[in-house]
This record gives sequence, C-alpha cells and structure tokens, in this order.
Amino acid sequence: MARSTARTIVGIGALATASALVLTGCGSGFSDSGGGEAGSGELTSSDDALTILIGSSGDAETDAVTEAVAAWSAESGIDADVVAASDLSQELSQGFAAGSPPDLFYLAPEALAGYASNGSLTPYGDLLSNKDDFYPSLVSNFTYEDEFYCAPKDFSTLGLIINTRLWEAAGLTDADIPTTWDELASVAQTLTADGVTGLAFGAEYQRVGAFMAQAGGSLVSEDGTEATADSPENLEALTFVKEQLASGTFGYATIDLGAGWGGEAFGKEQAAMVIEGNWITGAMENDFPAVEYIVAELPAGPAGQGTLQFTNCWGMAADSPNQEAALDLVEYLTSTEQVLAFSDAFGPMPPVESAADQWTSDNSELAAFLAAADYAQGVPTNDGIAAVISDFNAALENLKAADPQQILDTVQSNTEAVVG
Amino acid sequence: MTALATAPRRDRRPRSGLRRGETLAGWVFTLPVLVILGVFLLVPVLMALWVSFSDWSGRGSPFAPGVGFVGLENYAAITTDGGLPTRDFGTSLRNNAWYVLLVVPLQTALSLFLAVLVNRAVLRGRGVFRTAFYFPSVTSSVAITVLWLFLFSATGAVNEILSWVGINGPNWFNDPTGIVHNFLGAFGVTSGPDALTENGFLGVTFWNWLAGPSVAMTALIFMAVFTTSGTFMLLFIAALQNLGGDVEEAAMMDGANAWKRFWKVTLPQLRPTLFTVLTLGLIGCWQVFDQIYTGTQGAPGKTTVTPAYLSYSSAFLGQDWGQGAAIAFILFAIIVFFTIFQRWVLRERPVSRRRARQYEVRPTGRSMR
Repeated sequence: MARSTARTIVGIGALATASALVLTGCGSGFSDSGGGEAGSGELTSSDDALTILIGSSGDAETDAVTEAVAAWSAESGIDADVVAASDLSQELSQGFAAGSPPDLFYLAPEALAGYASNGSLTPYGDLLSNKDDFYPSLVSNFTYEDEFYCAPKDFSTLGLIINTRLWEAAGLTDADIPTTWDELASVAQTLTADGVTGLAFGAEYQRVGAFMAQAGGSLVSEDGTEATADSPENLEALTFVKEQLASGTFGYATIDLGAGWGGEAFGKEQAAMVIEGNWITGAMENDFPAVEYIVAELPAGPAGQGTLQFTNCWGMAADSPNQEAALDLVEYLTSTEQVLAFSDAFGPMPPVESAADQWTSDNSELAAFLAAADYAQGVPTNDGIAAVISDFNAALENLKAADPQQILDTVQSNTEAVVG
Repeated sequence: MTALATAPRRDRRPRSGLRRGETLAGWVFTLPVLVILGVFLLVPVLMALWVSFSDWSGRGSPFAPGVGFVGLENYAAITTDGGLPTRDFGTSLRNNAWYVLLVVPLQTALSLFLAVLVNRAVLRGRGVFRTAFYFPSVTSSVAITVLWLFLFSATGAVNEILSWVGINGPNWFNDPTGIVHNFLGAFGVTSGPDALTENGFLGVTFWNWLAGPSVAMTALIFMAVFTTSGTFMLLFIAALQNLGGDVEEAAMMDGANAWKRFWKVTLPQLRPTLFTVLTLGLIGCWQVFDQIYTGTQGAPGKTTVTPAYLSYSSAFLGQDWGQGAAIAFILFAIIVFFTIFQRWVLRERPVSRRRARQYEVRPTGRSMR
C-alpha cells in the first residue's frame, strides 16, 4: 500500500509539473497575441485576409453578404472570407478567448458593453467617412462610454400588423386604424371573436416594452446611467397590458395562443393584429402567402408615439491585424447602394438616412416601419442587462396574474446592479 | 479492494537490480496516456478552476498579466449576494433538483422493469422488444428534443390524445407553473404560509423551492425517462443474465413466490448494477444541457434553466466567465457529494438483527408469519 501511495504522489507531482509547464507555455503564447493595444485612431494594417463572421437569418442573407464581400474583394484586392456562425455569441466568445477573433462580425447592442469594456473591440465609428449618415438613435445604440464603437448594419422597428380580411369582416375601415391606446383596446375588442384574439405579441420586454415607450417609460435613462424601471410610466403601461390580457382582447402569442411567435399566430389567423418587426414580411411571404395584411405605426400612448428598435453592428476586433481593410469593407457594406441591396435581399431597413427615400418608395407598404425610426427607443446596452431582461421576460409571462408594481420593483433592483 | 487484501505482501526494501528498469519502462509506457489526459483533461480543469477565482473577461489568456485574482467573489455572487445571479443559480438548482428527484427513480424502475420483462425466457421475439426499447437511447438527443417539441406543443399529439379522454391538456412548453403548486391549487391553496413565502434560500423562497418542476420541465422529465431507460435496461439485462439459476431455484424450493423471489433474491444480487445505474443516472441528470439548449433555452419563466445551462449562458452569453466556471465547480461538488452519498446508502451491510430473525428456523416450524 505504501508503495502505491508513494507512486501516486510521484505521479501527481509529475503531472502537476507537466501541467505547470504547459500552463506557463500557454500563458506566454496567448499574451503575445492578445496584448496588442489598439488605441482609437490608429488602425493596424497588413496584407492579411479578412474573416467575417455573421449570424445569418438564412441562405438569403448569407448569399447577399458573401456576394457583397466578394465584390469588395475584387475591387480592393484583399481576400475576405464570410463565415456563417451557427451560434454567433458562442463562436465570438471562443474567438476572443483564443486570441484569434474574426476581423469583422455581427454584434448585438447588448453584447457591446461586455466586449468593449474588456478591450476586445476597436472603436472605429468616428473614422467612418459616412458616419453622419447613420440614424442618431442607432449611433447612440452603439456608443459606449462616449465612443462610437461600430457601424450599424441595419435595423428594424416594431409596427402594428393588421390582417385585412379579419379587419374588414369585423366592419372596420382604414379610418379605424388605432392611434391611441383607447382606440387600440376598442378595435382589439371588436376583432376578438371565437378563436381569434384581437392583438397578440410575444411575452417579452422586446414587445411589451413598446407600450412602456408609449407611456414615456424605459428600463434605463437615456444616457444609460440610471435605472428607471419602476417609474409610474412603466407601471401605467404594464397595468394597461395586464388589463387587456385579462379581458382576453390581447393575448401572448406563445402562452395564450400556443404559437411559436407572433408571426405564426398572425399567419394562422389566431390573431387579427400582432406587434412585430419587419422580419415578419419574410415569414408571411414564405409560410403564409395567402394572408393579406397591412402595416401601421403603433398607436400613441399617454406620452406620444413609441416603439422599440432592434439593430446589429459590424464589430471590429481589437486583435485584427488588418483593421484598415476592415474599415474600408465596413464603409462599402454600409454605403447607400449596398444597404438597399441587402434590404432587398433579406428584409431589414437601411441604417443610413440617405437610403430612406429610395427604400420608402420601393417598399411603400412597409413605410410605417421606417417612419417609426423617428421615435424608436433602443434596447438598453449596459453590461449585464441581458440577464436582467431575460429575468423581466420570465416575469412578464405571468403578467396576467402578477402585480405589475412588484415586477417593476424586481427589475429596478436588478437593473440598479448593472448600471452606473 | 478484496484483490489487494488477498494479494501476497510485496517486499518493501529497495528493488533488486533486475527490477529497477521496470519502473522507468512503466512510466514510459503510460506517458502517452498521462500526457493526453493531462493536456486535454487536467489542464483545462485547472484552467477553469483558476477562471472561477479570477476576473477574466473572456479576452486572450486567463493567465495574461491583466487578469486578477478575486478570491471567492464569483462564488459569493452566485450564492450569498442575493442579487440576480444568486436568484438565477437558486432557480436552476431548484429546477434540476426536481428533475433529478423524478427522473432517477423513474428511469431506474422503468429500466429494471423492462429488463425483467425482456429477460423472461417465455417471451417471444425478445430481440425485437430489446431493440425497440433501446432505440431512443441511440437516437441523438437533439432529434428527440425536436420530436418532443412537436409532440408536446399546444395542439400536438399528446394533447390530442388527452382530449380523447376529456382532458384539456396544458400548453406544455409554455407553462411555467410548478406541478406541486398546481396540485395544491386544485384544492384552493394558491399561496403558501408566510413562513415559506417570507424566507428562502439562494434568493428563492421556500414556497417556490417547493413549486415542483414546471409543466414544461415535466415534459423534459418524460423525455429523459424515455431516452435513458433503454440504456440502463441493457445494464440490468447483462446483470440478470449473470445471475446463477441455483439461488433462484433454492428460493423456489423454500416456497418463495415470484414476487418475493424478485425482491428478496434477485434485487439484492443486482446491487452493484443498481449502484452503477443510479450513479450514471444521477450524474447525467445533474448535467442535463443539450435538451435545454436545443429545446427551451430556459423558458418558460426560467423554469427549465439548469446549472449546466446557466453556466454556459452566464459565460458565453453574459460574459461572466468567472461565475460560469464557479457554477460548474459547484455542480461538480454536488455530483461528487451525491455519488458518495449513494455509495454509502447502497453499501454492503451486515444483515440487521430484525431482518435476520425473519430467516431463523423456528422450532415450531409451520407457523411462519
């Protein structure tokens, strides 16, 4: 027994030494590549090929981006490779941890603060030649600690999608399109019938938050330094939604209607109206081509019009060896013609004002989405807010039975922990 | 251990010249495995352990100069701080504890039942049944999860069948209510006593600890039992086929009926296999991840978040690598604890006096009670 113990000790010792050697080896290896500090204003430059990691919504998007990048490659003479991630946030994390991130990638606003604070990103926004062309609300979405980090790729807003057949069957006309909460409640009441719910939306902040915006509320203050979740405005919004849910004229697409999301509930005509973004057009075209609909702006609440906007940007890695080329590519990809081409290929709205007129005339039936850009509220971007929002979403699922004030109090204390 | 105890004692003095080279040769021969295990298992584990004590932000090496040691801060954030991370961790433990509590006994009982069933010599077409029962185990868990999402959708096959018997099925994967709460709710109990609702552990009130698995989690519990019973059935079949027929026959001669023979003769002999099955089941259940990742992502209402999924999401999605690693190590401790506990419960015990009395041959003979 004693001998085998001694052996074990020797074995563990040998392993520990070996692993220590490997660890120190790793350490020095990583810090060589990972320590490069790229101060803003100075971009790296080399002949290295670029890797672009995208979180694609489907083949249409992958093909469109690949094509555009190939066209830029041919023009600039720099090789670039587009990779469609199956799980973008995970693959991105792996890239940063390994010290070999992609040069350019899709970046969600809620991930910006985390990556920016640990120095993974290069803030290149101010170097863009077309930086004044982007919508200001989008720029502020991608501004962290007063630095404009990355160029918005495209964006979407929430609108009110109305099923024209059910609308007319209920005896409603264009003049009845709701512009206030009261009107919304009354048309939802009119449209609610056997098997049809007046208005449906997802049980999440990403939809219900539009009501909060209409009431003048938000989760965090505009500059992102203060938690404002338990404001009376938010309470008013949640109380309104709760009442309507309880009366059955509003319904959660997943919980009350058993659909996968709002678009499915709408396509199956379980709901006469839904609150969704412009991505719904693709789904309707592919899955429910027979359902006819119109898009209206969301009605105004007590504080006026309000909606939420969703966007992604072209993040640039601080460790990228060829940032100048990457910047050039971003300018190409966010040029007026190119964003219009993307919009044509897979739906989202162009992030630049210079493309607005052309887009509106091309997509007149979707104009309401773009009109909402004027008053749209971005999703908060504080580091750690994603967990707060998912906790809020879990509480919203139960809104019908819960006390709105209690929900908001919890959100407030959670938000206070991550802001400031 | 028995092998060691009976082995002849070796000479402990320094080895003679002839044997000296053997140690070195032994190390050389085992070196490849040691290196592979070290590099791909031990080193990553040690790295993760370091990450759980550091403020590494996910960029570059965790051993880079800028990464600081923060002591138990990450562990405190998920256990004692009382904030959102604590509540999330508490919720995930609650969810997984109920999952384990239901899946492990159910799958063990079902797999044993199936094994006994297909082990019977009189059964025709045993091979067919064996294959059929084993089939879910070899199918990818992702594929089964997708199948489950369809079967248990609000208008899915399960609810359709329930409607034939007049039951209005729940909206399975969108129902965050706990089944224990629902059961109590049926008797009009919708909120717990203050002692349970006012106090809690890990940011979750005791009343919510007792909520039971949510309806969504229950569907996943059915799935786990469905998919793993086949594998464990094979283990039980192998064990059953190893049992000698003589003990069984002796019991038969002593007048034990089939029911008694199973409980008093067969089952005690299966103890090692039972230990294996329970341990594997326990470990698998505490590590449940892919069903959550592909199926529910923690929804509805965070009732299907498990520690394994929470570890992933706080590291990869929330960029809180230290907390993610800390969760993983706490999970590791939980699994080790339960495995040891189980080993202790199922240890070989001397027959208790009360039990021994049952087997005593009484002088009066006939009046066995």
